[in-house]
Amino acid sequence: MFWINGLLNSLAFGAILFLLAVGFSLIFGLMRVANLAHGAIFMLGGYIATSMIGFGFLAAVLAAALACAAFGGLVERSLIRRLAGRELAQVLGTLGLAFIIADQCLLVWSGDPIAQPAPALLRGTVEVAGVVFPAYRLALIAIAAIALAAIWLLVERTTLGARIRAAVDDREMARAMGIPVSRLFTTVFCLGAGLAGMGGALAAPVMSVYPGLDAEMLPLALLVVILGGIGSLSGAFVGSLLIGLIYTFGQMLLPDLAYVILFLPMVVVLAARPQGLFGRHMA
Amino acid sequence: MPSEPALSLSGVNAFYGDSHILHDICLELPQGEILALLGRNGAGKTTCMNAIAGLLPRRSGRIAVGRQDISALSPEAICRAGVALVPQGRRMFRSLSVEENLTVARRAAPPAGQRPWTIAQIYDLFPRLQERRANLAGQLSGGEQQMLAIGRALMTAPRVLLMDEPTEGLAPQIVAEVGAIVRNLRAAGLSVILVEQHMAFALGLADQVVVINTGRVVERGAASALRADMSRLEEQLGIH
Ligand SMILES: Nc1ncnc2c1ncn2[C@@H]1O[C@H](COP(=O)(O)OP(=O)(O)O)[C@@H](O)[C@H]1O
Ligand SMILES: [Mg+2]
Repeated sequence: MFWINGLLNSLAFGAILFLLAVGFSLIFGLMRVANLAHGAIFMLGGYIATSMIGFGFLAAVLAAALACAAFGGLVERSLIRRLAGRELAQVLGTLGLAFIIADQCLLVWSGDPIAQPAPALLRGTVEVAGVVFPAYRLALIAIAAIALAAIWLLVERTTLGARIRAAVDDREMARAMGIPVSRLFTTVFCLGAGLAGMGGALAAPVMSVYPGLDAEMLPLALLVVILGGIGSLSGAFVGSLLIGLIYTFGQMLLPDLAYVILFLPMVVVLAARPQGLFGRHMA
Repeated sequence: MPSEPALSLSGVNAFYGDSHILHDICLELPQGEILALLGRNGAGKTTCMNAIAGLLPRRSGRIAVGRQDISALSPEAICRAGVALVPQGRRMFRSLSVEENLTVARRAAPPAGQRPWTIAQIYDLFPRLQERRANLAGQLSGGEQQMLAIGRALMTAPRVLLMDEPTEGLAPQIVAEVGAIVRNLRAAGLSVILVEQHMAFALGLADQVVVINTGRVVERGAASALRADMSRLEEQLGIH
């Protein structure tokens, strides 16, 4: 019982992590930008959803996703593209942005944690083979799986996705073939930020929203990407589930060592496969 | 009165960082002709192709396609204006399938004067590509990659094709195939700049020849005239 519940909690947390990390990974892989404001956008999504809950849970999640997507596009156009190719400037710029977002959230939503009710439909439990599961956590896992499938279809099965991959392979040649790489980058940034916002909104009923949530989640997203490989979709998924498992069980079994336990597999993976579990060698 | 050139460069200078590579390049590619751009290794041929395609941020001078000045345009806009690059070393999108390499470059509705190509037409031209359509481009042989690079360029509906050493590293039989294709493309109305190390191959195809050395034009003329005086050309290119 302990193990099954722990497993479910891990998978649910992994699902949230996936929604956060997949955008971070795509943006990192395609644009070579480590967007350190990604955790803040996740938190912003959570806060927006708590304010919009009056319109219903679904509307709140959608509003958070759309607002964060629009915000991400704005950030890409106004800040990120000015920092192209300058790693230090990107780190400082996006980190500064993360602080600004966190500060504004503190102003608007105060310092107290805000609880978010799960949607009425998913407040109960589901019984499978004699084991009782909270329905909302099961739904989170399903949503992450659907998101994985949708992103996979978009990236692997559409012309837009093929153009994104072409730009990742050879950005200069993609431009020479008439592919509007700059517009694609904005699109990817919107998508990544929107997913993070959606992740924050969906996480709110499980984790609630509070100052510091951003700084708590960002390192986990970094871990997922390092573990799974930069820009790899399947890597982000498997990495999220792994980190979800390790983090949740670590906290249950050895709460004092949870962070150490988290970083150990990363060290092992980096030593054995520097490109990550699913990553390709970077040119 | 001859019609205006398909592509013209006047006083083009180009730089890599602070190194000044191209010096006042002037050339005209007449409509529907093949211009061979020759020169030793490191003469600046690739730099010239990349400057036309807009891939060198530091460049000056006037580059025009027909009447349209493209010197200040982005690579994407230059491609839309009808200039397509078949780059040195092919530079396929390696993790895309053969068919995706063609799809991503597809320009379905170009303006008048630019002929759109369908994937089926590319496969007619290169049946080998159809057989390999589901393979990743990175898995193709050198000859197949070269065909894909040409096919990909055609998908952008060009008027002018910039071919940078399309025969580099290919077996003689494939070289002859590439030659036949270039002739066909000219017959279909395309204008071509052909960069080559392989002089006999280039002279066999070209209408015009321009030779550059250390970034400057040192020789130009009709291919027929230069064919009659090979020794002079060989000297320019450092072949003894
Ligand atoms: N990316 C680059 N950065 C700096 N210099 C370069 C670069 N590419 C080429 N060059 C220099 O520019 C000159 C012309 O090179 P290139 O145009 O490639 O010659 P070619 O194609 O005729 O062999 C060479 O001296 C080469 O060293
Ligand atoms: Mg060259």
